[in-house]
Amino acid sequence: MLNPLLKLNTKIFNQDVEKGETRKGAGQGLVKAGIDNKNIVVLCADLTESTRVNFFAEQFPERFIQIGIAEQNMAAVASGIASVGKIPFISSYGIFNPGRNWEQIRTTICYNNQPVKIIGSHAGLSVGPDGGSHQALEDIALTRVLPNMVVISPADQIEAKKAIMTCSLTKDPTYIRLTRNSTPIITTEETPFAIGKAQIIYLPDVGLAHVGIIATGPILYKAIIAAHELGKEGIKTKVMNLSTIKPLDKEAILSLAKETKAIVTVEDHQIAGGMGSTIAEFLSQNYNIPIEFIGVENSFGQSGTPLELEKYYHIDILDIIEKVKKVLKRK
Amino acid sequence: MNNLEDEKIKYLEIKANNIRKSIIEMLAEAGSGHTAGALGMTDIFTFLYFHILKHDPKNPYWQDRDRLVLSNGHICPVLYTTLAHSGYFPTEELKTLRKFGSRLQGHPHREFMPFLETSSGPLGEGLSQAVGMSIGLKMDNRDALGNYVYCLTGDGELDEGENWEALMLASKEKLSNLIIIVDRNKIQIDGDTEKVMPLANLTDKMKSFNLFVQEINGHNFNEINNAILEAKKNKNSPSVIIANTIPSKGVKEWEGDYLWHGKAPNKTEAEVAIEKLNKLYA
Repeated sequence: MLNPLLKLNTKIFNQDVEKGETRKGAGQGLVKAGIDNKNIVVLCADLTESTRVNFFAEQFPERFIQIGIAEQNMAAVASGIASVGKIPFISSYGIFNPGRNWEQIRTTICYNNQPVKIIGSHAGLSVGPDGGSHQALEDIALTRVLPNMVVISPADQIEAKKAIMTCSLTKDPTYIRLTRNSTPIITTEETPFAIGKAQIIYLPDVGLAHVGIIATGPILYKAIIAAHELGKEGIKTKVMNLSTIKPLDKEAILSLAKETKAIVTVEDHQIAGGMGSTIAEFLSQNYNIPIEFIGVENSFGQSGTPLELEKYYHIDILDIIEKVKKVLKRK
Repeated sequence: MNNLEDEKIKYLEIKANNIRKSIIEMLAEAGSGHTAGALGMTDIFTFLYFHILKHDPKNPYWQDRDRLVLSNGHICPVLYTTLAHSGYFPTEELKTLRKFGSRLQGHPHREFMPFLETSSGPLGEGLSQAVGMSIGLKMDNRDALGNYVYCLTGDGELDEGENWEALMLASKEKLSNLIIIVDRNKIQIDGDTEKVMPLANLTDKMKSFNLFVQEINGHNFNEINNAILEAKKNKNSPSVIIANTIPSKGVKEWEGDYLWHGKAPNKTEAEVAIEKLNKLYA
């Protein structure tokens, strides 16, 4: 069942579940944050409408800077703007931001520890038809490896809005991973959100769970559906929303691991270096139990509908169910 | 032309000479580091910190200060030495350059020395950051209060494409509070800049970006002074001062030789050089 304490969207299992884009939520969050804080500045590299920072640009044109197609410059300019007391958000597609401009992010933002917020939209296979060149599958790895960096991957539109508003109040360099498509709304305005706090979204009606599923980003929805299906077969699972990948909520992960003694991680990202790797790094040293990974395995994506791609690259609901059964056997 | 008083020039020359001695001493002590660029930019650093820059060593975070961004971080011996001679920290500390636990990191790191405007070393990134500072200060109308951002870059690092992205933005945003000083010493690690990657007519290139460009002798205090005063008068665009400098300026035997770009003098070479500099203003 859904965790009743989190005031989640109760229509989540309906066919007509309401959908929304994380990028849109972020765009809305920026406007709200901008109203409260005059120091918030937004920079964009010629993808204003498509990364939904047009909402901010229209409301606060004097605090919006169009950089042109120059993501490397954008990152370092933002560092300079931050150094005179502003909170800059830099927006583009994940493949370019933090892909193209990774070293500028390392040196001018993280090494300087400046409060620049990096918005990488269109992450993951779910970009679909644009093809492999535009499907950022490495961005979590690229950002979580950087000292000082906070990495957030919101699960739905509402959580994306909260993530943006919350991170606008911190001094940390932060990466916010967003996606293009409309995906099911899992949380509600009332659902609590805090950076660095993982949440158990789905849990058995009674008793302890046999397997813990840890998911990040909108693919959390698939994890919940998989858990629901597994429940019908008598396999009890708990599903965790790990929207903050760094810093890791070690306490929550350890507690889930101790209860279930088997974990499946789920992400729309390369398995190498991604969220699952973070979990494996942590648990292998602190509570060594079997882990299975859902993610893209050493491959680039290609054109197709998101559903076609998710099936082909084995990050769909049936794949999660299969991995849960596999990890159970390894217990 | 607005010439400086002779006494002022003499004062700056003596300062620069002392700073050069400190640079040579610290590099010999460190055993590695970049000599040519540091000595070549000594006159400009001296002029900035001892004449025109709005700064306060006792209050390094003073809000009304000018910002100085050193983009080519490898010439940091001149930055550290000028800061020490200005009173930011004791000159004895210069001997810790490049040593474990020192604030004087091999390339500047703001975490170790928080009053630096930025860390630097990886080339081609300072200009973007200076553009960001200029934009941020302008948003708060600090340009009208006379706050300037000075960005010092090398000519070799202009190979990096990010500089040209930054120049386009600086021009678009009409950042008249930004003064870029290019150290045109015509050397980089692999040799002559015009052979490694020709910059050709840098003045024309810069002008085509709608920047206010001046070319000067980077060792002549009057020329440096006048160029900066002219830059400040210009209210419609960022300014670029292309400063022709001599690598390793001050030590005749090393001047112009690109091999001094990335190496430090040994103890004997340093002693000989310092001995000569000692005699200049005895």
